Amino acid sequence: MAIHVGSPPLEGTSKARTVALTVNGEGVELRIEPRVSLLDALREHLGLTGTKKGCDQGTCGACTVWSDGRRVLSCLTLAVAGEGHEITTVEGLQDGGELHPMQAAFIAHDAFQCGYCTPGQLMSAVALLEEGRAADDEIAEWMSGNICRCAAYPNIRDAIREVRDAAGGE
Amino acid sequence: MTAVIGREAVRVDGREKVTGSARYSGEIALPGLAYAEIVGALVARGRITSIDTRAAENAGGVAAVLTRRDLPAVNRVPLVPSLMGGPAPGETFFPMQDDEVHYAGQPVAIVVADSLEQARYAASLVEVSYAGAPSVTTIGQGRGDAYEPEKIFGGFMPARSRRGDARDGLASADLGVDATFRFAPNHHNALEPMTTTAVWEDDRLTLYDSCQGIKAVQLTVAALLGMSPSRIRVLTRYVGGAFGSKAMVWPHVTLAALAARHVRRPVRLTVSRAQMFTSYGHREEQEQRVRLGARRDGALTAIRHDKISVTSPFDDWAEPAFCAASQLYAAPAFEGVHRLVRGNTMTPTFTRGPGEAAGVFSLECAMDELAGRLGIDPVELRMRNLSDVDPNTGHPWSSSGFAECLRRGAERFGWDARDPRPGREREGDQLIGTGMAAAAYPVAFFMRTQRARARLYADGTAVVGTAAQEFGTGMTTVLTQVAADALGLGLDDVRLDYGDTDLPTAGSPVGSNGAMMVSAAVHYAAAAVRDRLVALAAGDPASPLHGADPAWITVDGGRMALADDPGAGESYGELMERHLMGDTEALGTWDPPPLDTPYGLLTFGAQFARVAVDADLGTVRVRHMVGAFAPGRVLNPRTARSQLMGGMLWGMSQALLEGTHMDAGLGRWANASLGDYLVPVNADAPEVDVELIEVDDDVTGPLGVKGVGEIGQVGSGAAIANAVHHATGHRVHELPITVEDLLPALEWEAGR
Amino acid sequence: MRPFAYARADDVDTAIATVLARPDGEFLAGGTTEIDLVRQDVLRPGLLVDINDLPLDRVDDLPDGGVRIGGLARMSDVAEAPGVAERFPVISEALLQGASPQLRTMASMAGNLCQRVRCGYFRDAVSPCNKRDPGSGCAAITGFHRGHAVLGTSDKCIATHPSDAAVALVALDAVVRTRGPHGERAVPIDEFFLLPGDTPEREHPLEHGELITAIDVPGAATARRSSYLKVRDRASYEFALVSVAAAMDVRYRTVADIRLALGGVATKPWRARTAERSLLGGPATREAFAEAARRELAPATPLPQNEFKVELAQRAIVRALTALADGDEEGGTR
Repeated sequence: MAIHVGSPPLEGTSKARTVALTVNGEGVELRIEPRVSLLDALREHLGLTGTKKGCDQGTCGACTVWSDGRRVLSCLTLAVAGEGHEITTVEGLQDGGELHPMQAAFIAHDAFQCGYCTPGQLMSAVALLEEGRAADDEIAEWMSGNICRCAAYPNIRDAIREVRDAAGGE
Repeated sequence: MTAVIGREAVRVDGREKVTGSARYSGEIALPGLAYAEIVGALVARGRITSIDTRAAENAGGVAAVLTRRDLPAVNRVPLVPSLMGGPAPGETFFPMQDDEVHYAGQPVAIVVADSLEQARYAASLVEVSYAGAPSVTTIGQGRGDAYEPEKIFGGFMPARSRRGDARDGLASADLGVDATFRFAPNHHNALEPMTTTAVWEDDRLTLYDSCQGIKAVQLTVAALLGMSPSRIRVLTRYVGGAFGSKAMVWPHVTLAALAARHVRRPVRLTVSRAQMFTSYGHREEQEQRVRLGARRDGALTAIRHDKISVTSPFDDWAEPAFCAASQLYAAPAFEGVHRLVRGNTMTPTFTRGPGEAAGVFSLECAMDELAGRLGIDPVELRMRNLSDVDPNTGHPWSSSGFAECLRRGAERFGWDARDPRPGREREGDQLIGTGMAAAAYPVAFFMRTQRARARLYADGTAVVGTAAQEFGTGMTTVLTQVAADALGLGLDDVRLDYGDTDLPTAGSPVGSNGAMMVSAAVHYAAAAVRDRLVALAAGDPASPLHGADPAWITVDGGRMALADDPGAGESYGELMERHLMGDTEALGTWDPPPLDTPYGLLTFGAQFARVAVDADLGTVRVRHMVGAFAPGRVLNPRTARSQLMGGMLWGMSQALLEGTHMDAGLGRWANASLGDYLVPVNADAPEVDVELIEVDDDVTGPLGVKGVGEIGQVGSGAAIANAVHHATGHRVHELPITVEDLLPALEWEAGR
Repeated sequence: MRPFAYARADDVDTAIATVLARPDGEFLAGGTTEIDLVRQDVLRPGLLVDINDLPLDRVDDLPDGGVRIGGLARMSDVAEAPGVAERFPVISEALLQGASPQLRTMASMAGNLCQRVRCGYFRDAVSPCNKRDPGSGCAAITGFHRGHAVLGTSDKCIATHPSDAAVALVALDAVVRTRGPHGERAVPIDEFFLLPGDTPEREHPLEHGELITAIDVPGAATARRSSYLKVRDRASYEFALVSVAAAMDVRYRTVADIRLALGGVATKPWRARTAERSLLGGPATREAFAEAARRELAPATPLPQNEFKVELAQRAIVRALTALADGDEEGGTR
């Protein structure tokens, strides 16, 4: 059976265009080319430098953000493809001036050193609880998409366990 | 009095780091910013025959394409480690001065564009043609031409060292071990890529640079460009990891400055992850041979330690194999020689635990083998060879704690329950093994004068400034604690100002010296302010403390009081208001003890590890690590433990994962990405126990601090390798230890 | 990064038409390989047609007990889909071990099948590589090839197929359903993956503008007892040195049914038919597993740095099958 592929092609342009994103609950518009990654849009165009660029290749996890609540790598996401999705970055974790419990737990457990992977770790750690993968024997595997070169891993696990237990105890 | 030093204070920069508000060097917003991208050489050796920049220049949005023709002549500056406080280029070679190519990845052009994307794209359009020449990049290729240099390690160390007669000692031994270990090159791969943002205003240059020492950056760029340091300011607060890679100042920093001057705009140059393998040196490929002689009772008669490694075409660099390794044990004779192969690579550089990570690995694996052959427990063998003095000089240790580390570490690990016979413990498919090793790292006094300034306001709060930066060690936290302690203030009342070369001079915190040297200056600055006010109170008839002996006045929470009558006293603020002082400030300076200080200077520790080796598949997973360390006085156990834990996991990684593979045919690193250069992920990291053993040391500065930055990595790899041997009965002599090294030792009947 | 045009399609036909309208048009799904390789200048599309809004992300049960996995279903969703996790645990396990959680959330199943090799010489955009630049040579054969293939290689290319999920799907005789300019077709998955031979640049039979709409996994009772074993240096977040997808039905200590495929060792997800033939109807013993593994790897063409894979693969096969056989016995049902 032959399928007739007759629909008119979409217009595609490599020129800068206006892209409307929702970042941390706020609508923003920026003029960017299609090749701009979500990561670079956040860092270079929106001034949201909390999201980090460690490899730009999907191998380190420093650029982890949420798209519609699910954790993704912003270095491998085109900003233009982020239209229509709710993007959340580390800057959106706080509730008013109040630290998210995971942020507080990271400080309390010394779950970072240089701090460069930390925003990505936090975005994964909070997502992990949502995903229901925070059992003692799951945390390490489900946090393995975020490299910490300072190797604060045991402390990161401690912080996650604390937040998990506090949430479960309420 | 509530002690501030030694308290488990949380990091002073914690909030900035968890909220994402900490701005690293590539995150400074600047109007008119342009982006630079380096074009690296594709050949390892040869000559550039032509560079066609037209396509790049015409790509649109490109501000400039710079080649060697666009760069001024740059001064030649000798390679001197940044700890010495002067200019400190990572290699004496500076690129884009002529057409010669000495290593793959060497910068040959720089593209500056309006956007990050366009800079990268235009860089791919630069057409460079080469006349290639045969290259040497591995020991295997250059062994025949190896030579013994005069000095190594940036001129720090002689290439040869000896005490007693090692040949005699080996000959007269009851028993010997002769083992050779091969180490893959390592790249630090800090998570933050090297980034420099350069801004010119007239003839003044501001740099934001991810570095380990802002003063070193200032002085190096000044020396290379022939500028006065007073015209260069470096501003860096946060650095996303360093591990030695940012201890020296690499060409891209100055290239960024030159590019910015060329385009008359602020320029940010970020090194890509692939370029991270050719932009800042590495731990060199090396081979170490250790020969031990011992009597039946375990006493070492001699150690012979030889190293061969690859250096660059320009510099005689080798990390020293046997600083600590020659000092750990009381062997009457020691001899060691470094030999070098000139290769087409960058000049290697400091990598966490420089020298000791590989040198002590070799020694401690050989010691393990010796223990097995003697039938002496490995911990006991070390105990029998303890030295009360530095065996190289005969000087007493400034402090030791080695025996205590061995004892407490063994206790915490449960070492006594160990069956010494290899290959006896099994859990299902897993062969379980345990191993241990000694750890040691030198304390060196090569730094220059350290300075800090303390200013106390009349409201009882203080600002302390020093030209340090924070790259994850927690130094800014402990400096805040030290200042608060000396001032007698609460932690919250002291703010540390740092990350600016205009602040009082501090050296590059490298070689585990940061806390020791900068805290000394901070201590003296803060103590000077306190002493001044205490003296003022004691001499002030209006003060309740009038006439008191200042030595008997303590300060707590900003209130001065008599030590034996806390009711009698007043606050700093009351005193200062009476004297119409809005603030008061003092400069603190600390000069290191002389290099020939008559003490043995070494930080000691002991490492223990339990591993599981898959009996069929040969994969090694570390189950548990224990480290006991005696780093002098511990300023903050929380951050100290984190440093040590991180180091221990680095040792694990060195033992099992990390290796950069050279494609000797192409002369290029073959696995230059974080997907292929394996660093540990969360699932690799076991639980790590760190035991801190405080020892008094009145040689290493006013606070008795020795350092925690590197020793965690020293010996932890050896403990793991020894545990792998204990699990399997097989000793691997190559790092990283991988599946293919172990398969031959694992039973496999079906292989036929 | 090379500029490219971008368009976002709402329906399949428009997506296909849009890609077809330009010779350098390509689909963009999860982007986890594609965006990376465009940035590396390895792939040079002039137009990316974003197909993430297409309604191809469902996971549905098929009447024969099988499952239809939409081409745009995400790895993470497929791994957790009840029909997959219960009836085809080997697929779930391969997916969960196949990438980090972030990548699994992004990556589509179709993209997973089409992902490009991890050979460093292919990815660096400059080394000789017949796959990227036909006729330029293969740097891996004389260079660094520890991770490369020992089965299905040619003198043109030895790059390992990187997918884990595809190994499980190959073991289970999945069918790749596509739609393109010449209509719809169904390609048995083993035929979907092409050996490099003299044309390593051709990795699958998809035409320009042909889109994977779904992957059908036929029902198979054996698959309920299946597993994925992945051997790697790092404990997680790494491609396989060797992997084994295995499903086995043991009755009266005899192998009544067996599906076996290997990853990490071959230039395509490697159905181990030689081993299957060796085992089927024979005893489910360690010795038989080892013999079957030996036969499967007999034609291996290793190079110095990846020679260990020949033995490692055999060991992994034995481990995987032994575990399945032991599980059967412990289950006590037969």
